[in-house]
Amino acid sequence: MTARNPLRDPQDRRLPRIAGPCGLVIFGVTGDLSRKKLMPAVYDLANRGLLPPGFALVGFARREWASQDFTQVVHDAVKQYSRTPFREEVWEQLAEGFRFVPGDFSDDDAFDTLRQTISELDKERGTNGNHAFYLSIPPRFFSTVVGQLKEHGLADQQDAWRRVVVEKPFGSDLGTARELNAVVSEVFPPESVFRIDHYLGKETVQNILAVRFANAMFEPIWNSNYVDHVQITMAEDIGIGGRAGYYDGIGAARDVIQNHLLQLMALIAMEEPISFDARHLRIEKQKVLEAVQLPRRLDLYTARGQYDEGWAGGIKVPGYTAEPDIPADSRTETYAAIRLEIGNARWANVPFYLRTGKRLGRRVTEVAVVFKRAPHLPFGDSAIESLGENALVIRVQPDEGITMRFGSKVPGTAMEIRDVSMDFAYGGSFVESSPEAYERLLLDVLLGDPPLFPQHEEVELSWKILDPIIEHWTRKGAPQRYPAGTWGPEAADAMLARDGRVWRRP
Amino acid sequence: MATELTDTNAAAIAVELLRARRNAGSPAMGMVLTLIVDTDEAGASEALDAARDASTEHPARIIGVIRGRSTGRSQVDAEISIGRQAAGETILLRLRGEVTEHAESVVLPLLLPDSPVVIWWPSRAPADPARDPLGALARRRITDCAAAPRNKQAALSTQCATFSDGNTDLAWTRLTGWRALLAAAWEESHTKVIAAEVTAERVSPSADLLRGWLSDRLKVDVTRRTSRGPGITSVRLMTRDDEISINRPDGRLAVLSTPGQPDRPVALKRRQVAELLAEELRRLDNDNVYEATVKRLRKLEEAG
Repeated sequence: MTARNPLRDPQDRRLPRIAGPCGLVIFGVTGDLSRKKLMPAVYDLANRGLLPPGFALVGFARREWASQDFTQVVHDAVKQYSRTPFREEVWEQLAEGFRFVPGDFSDDDAFDTLRQTISELDKERGTNGNHAFYLSIPPRFFSTVVGQLKEHGLADQQDAWRRVVVEKPFGSDLGTARELNAVVSEVFPPESVFRIDHYLGKETVQNILAVRFANAMFEPIWNSNYVDHVQITMAEDIGIGGRAGYYDGIGAARDVIQNHLLQLMALIAMEEPISFDARHLRIEKQKVLEAVQLPRRLDLYTARGQYDEGWAGGIKVPGYTAEPDIPADSRTETYAAIRLEIGNARWANVPFYLRTGKRLGRRVTEVAVVFKRAPHLPFGDSAIESLGENALVIRVQPDEGITMRFGSKVPGTAMEIRDVSMDFAYGGSFVESSPEAYERLLLDVLLGDPPLFPQHEEVELSWKILDPIIEHWTRKGAPQRYPAGTWGPEAADAMLARDGRVWRRP
Repeated sequence: MATELTDTNAAAIAVELLRARRNAGSPAMGMVLTLIVDTDEAGASEALDAARDASTEHPARIIGVIRGRSTGRSQVDAEISIGRQAAGETILLRLRGEVTEHAESVVLPLLLPDSPVVIWWPSRAPADPARDPLGALARRRITDCAAAPRNKQAALSTQCATFSDGNTDLAWTRLTGWRALLAAAWEESHTKVIAAEVTAERVSPSADLLRGWLSDRLKVDVTRRTSRGPGITSVRLMTRDDEISINRPDGRLAVLSTPGQPDRPVALKRRQVAELLAEELRRLDNDNVYEATVKRLRKLEEAG
């Protein structure tokens, strides 16, 4: 930016930032994720007027498609999955910029064609050489594709920018995460690498930060003096669906705890950052992750399970090992729960219980901060029989919001105190969290905003936490079974019972 | 569920609201503001629908005020509904007789405690919104010159003349898309603009405001030309040897031309009132850029 833009005024907060001229190249464009999330997100961004005029979308996949066929695929995907209503003029704006390049990841000709397509777009659509590469492909192809990008001069950033987007999982343990990072960082500088955890939208992160740091009434009690423990839950009601190839051998801990739950924990537990820019946030999150202490007895304070057949929400569903393409003797866990502590003054002796699973009671992601009981209760035993602990629950999805649980007198002459819940929901239809996550991410990528998503150090730290647990599990044999549609295996309940606590029913 | 109260007062309405909320089974609500809609019988239904749509993004207590004949016995009727596709509560007040002169006395007790109040005049607006008894209750006052029943041009001049902190107009909100696109287009070339031109249908408060804004920001002469519409049809920013232009002949799809770049289509649809209102409710402090624009426009008008 040379001269100051006279049309922009910092006080003019209505004006959205529109990305400069650019294009997006999606590898693995025929996949589910691309159709259900990326294409609709591109459309939704365009519909909100946030994409640059002349935006280009290039699909790359092993299909004998012409660009028209690709356009049709995008059209169908957008119509079916986009969050905002379909509007013909928005579509017209977008559709002119669609291109498709057929080919294998190892096919040199295809990458030549890709380079040519991109430079044509620069001329026809004015994308100015700015392109982001979205790797919506299995991690085993990363090095091939990144290598090809380098070899064919697609990663050269001269006057323009080139960025790369990598989806979770970021490796499957510390070793593979480092390998993956080596491959990507050899070609792209760190600020051009965007790692996305689509479970954790920027909106959610910012909501949590706002609750914690914009309020005077939570921060003073946000520590071990008042907090008894914290429960972080991500439950899914669905099974593994069509993801057998990816999921088996990976399991719940690697799939969800490593990135999502540990990130949520870091946001809840971190100290106040100097500012809310990406760098300062990262510093605080890293400090928390580095301070994490594993339980000494991994056998007592971790639990895992695998869903059995059962009735989930009124539908009879098969067990994990009966799912298509899953070996009958699979030991992959579909439920994982761990207890962690954070070794700093704020959180000394406050356990953080993290759990995730598939085919659980219902779909919910939440963080529950459970407080200690009031130090003295000047009431009779009968009065407080049904009084639990106060809790502040940050709901992530669905219906993002906050629930507070506290004691209140039951109306009547007798003194009886009971738990009540107070709910706050962030606005209505605008808070569809998962598409929003993709929209915000894509916009960050195109604007070049440093993302709130983890950088490599955080990824490594999370693997350092998880690796010993997974090793322990590998030695221990098969996970415990739990019926589909319930809240997980008995071992998880026993794990909290040992501490005299119970899981919240979310 | 709607409840009707005939010949009532604010206290009785408040009691009914509480009862309706209890009945709906959710005693606590996360409403963030009160939105007063000052309207007439003919426009009430449409205006309240738009307000309800906007309240999905900003949960609000919506208070519609319809003033009937000012003669005869004073009477307040109310229609209360909670939920019903709105993330909050709607109260529709119908006033008759002398109380029509004292609408604020009915509305004041019904404002949500301790949260911002916004007022919106979907069509006819008072000459000085900030001094209007209802307008004085609100910190944000939204008029819509383009929807004024007659002489929209004069409506804009009046609003410009009586501007107070917190006033805003939907004719200005309609410009956000244009302004964002112009700002982004300028960033592609970074050249000094020496003159500008706005073309729109003959009467278009938005076009006048756009002229004011460009003139204020760019410090250049902005010519206003007339076309057959709809709305604004083109904006040109002239630079020394080229120009940035946006042409939107059909009110939905525009073409952006910038120096050294191919022409590109851009969706630039005229938005629905509910969307405009939702944008307006996103910021509840004074819009300084609008203020500067309005002041500039007044100067331009005075200069002829």
